[in-house]
Amino acid sequence: MTYSRRKFLHHATASGCYVIAACAGLMTPGQVFAEWAEDYFSPGKLEHTLDRLFAGADIADSAAISLNLPLIAEDGAVVPIKVASTLSDVESIAILVEKNPVPLAAIFTLSENTEPFVSAQLKMAETCDVITVIKAGDKLYSARQQVKVTIGGCGG
Amino acid sequence: MTKTKIRLNAKNGKTELKILIAHPMEHGRNRDPETQELIPAHFIKTLTVSQNGKTILSAQMAGSISKNPYFAFWLKGIANGDLIRVDWLDNQGLSGSAEQRLAEPS
Amino acid sequence: MSKGLRYVYPLLLGILAGSALADPEQDHKALTEHYRTLFPKLTLQDYADGVYAIDPGARQSWRAIEEFPPYEWALEEGKTLFSIPFSNGAHYADCLPNRGIGIAQLYPKWNSETGEVVTLAKALNDCRERNGETPLPYQKGEIASLLAYLASTSRGKALAIEIPDSDPRALAAYQAGKAFYYERRGQLNFSCATCHVQNAGKRLRSEVLSPSLGHTSHWPVYRLKWGETGTLHRRFAECLKQVRAESPGAQSAQFRNLEYFLSYIGNGIPINGPSIRK
Repeated sequence: MTYSRRKFLHHATASGCYVIAACAGLMTPGQVFAEWAEDYFSPGKLEHTLDRLFAGADIADSAAISLNLPLIAEDGAVVPIKVASTLSDVESIAILVEKNPVPLAAIFTLSENTEPFVSAQLKMAETCDVITVIKAGDKLYSARQQVKVTIGGCGG
Repeated sequence: MTKTKIRLNAKNGKTELKILIAHPMEHGRNRDPETQELIPAHFIKTLTVSQNGKTILSAQMAGSISKNPYFAFWLKGIANGDLIRVDWLDNQGLSGSAEQRLAEPS
Repeated sequence: MSKGLRYVYPLLLGILAGSALADPEQDHKALTEHYRTLFPKLTLQDYADGVYAIDPGARQSWRAIEEFPPYEWALEEGKTLFSIPFSNGAHYADCLPNRGIGIAQLYPKWNSETGEVVTLAKALNDCRERNGETPLPYQKGEIASLLAYLASTSRGKALAIEIPDSDPRALAAYQAGKAFYYERRGQLNFSCATCHVQNAGKRLRSEVLSPSLGHTSHWPVYRLKWGETGTLHRRFAECLKQVRAESPGAQSAQFRNLEYFLSYIGNGIPINGPSIRK
């Protein structure tokens, strides 16, 4: 097995069909690493998405996370973001947009071969906070910043 | 046209991986400006990065990621000659990939 | 001076400034001076970055997207398309100076034979038609990819537009382009100058208005709003729509003359297309 039994059980509850496919020998273990949890991406409020992701566990603000975002979005459809952290044992980095119909933009699962850093581009429906939640050493940490999304003057 | 582009650069003992994918990333709530019909959801769901066949990073995403998505990561412990491969799969069953061997500047 | 002349003199200056008889070099100097007053810290070369030279927040976002720019596909496609021969075996390179490499900064050019301004886009389609191919649509798609490739071979080369003395129609075309630029139009009754000369650097709702100096240097553009690479004339048409005016259409005589005027006053500014804008 290339993954722990604990992770296997977690994956099994998160998305059954992929795990069944893996057991049936149709997929390699590498692909189970990358299953897609439909309930993470259901429309709803930020709080509900956080519950689905982290089952109500405490999330602490952390100064060990740097969030690089514009104060005003040039175009709400392409908002560049960089997340970096000095926390150790970072397992995952999640990026959420507070007021998007589907708040979770992406969740990245890292390994010992990846630095705690992500650069990406987000869609933002309106002015709100962009939040990152980092799981490090079994604890959750977050940082957030507001980005203004406005109607430009040049019909943009 | 290469749908999935990657750039790999060794810098100061780490490896920068940049990814650019041609993909509409439609969340399914947009309407066609002429017909007013809903444009069906079409977005990348999963993306994985592997080193010599072993997954070292995976991502789950949906329509809140921009069209023609760009990602950058910093990898570590990548040796000269290692094969870095990016695979993605979308909600309509389409997939794409790109791979490159790390070639450190001499 | 006499009381009468004191009133006539500024009126005369006003007439001369708007006069079709003003020299293009004087226009170039006057506009460069105007923008220098507005943006004292910018060098001429900085204007190639457009609004990103004067809006630091927007500049940061732009640099982030430029890390792996989405016009890469247009570049790739353009290079391929440029090398594919027409059905008769001829190539785009046969129609262009220096086989098309490193020449984008010389366009638009005055063509004395046909008596019109030839933009690089038109030169490509003229080449197609001369070789029995159907012309490409002018706003996006293949033409934008070809222009992206050609612009990339001219990156860093300063705009060097010429108005030949030998043909007075060339100057007339420049003057027509200039007149178009300064003419108010549309339901909003704006001229190009209203936003880009008089109010450059000010905000229109949340965005900063760009100066017209160097407006033609960074095309074609992957415009975030379009989600694809498009041409300068596509943007001209869009600008007119935004002031609720009718558009004469991409590569119409009016737009080609306008591009001639805008490129000439941008002489000295380096080509840095293809680029990204919002």
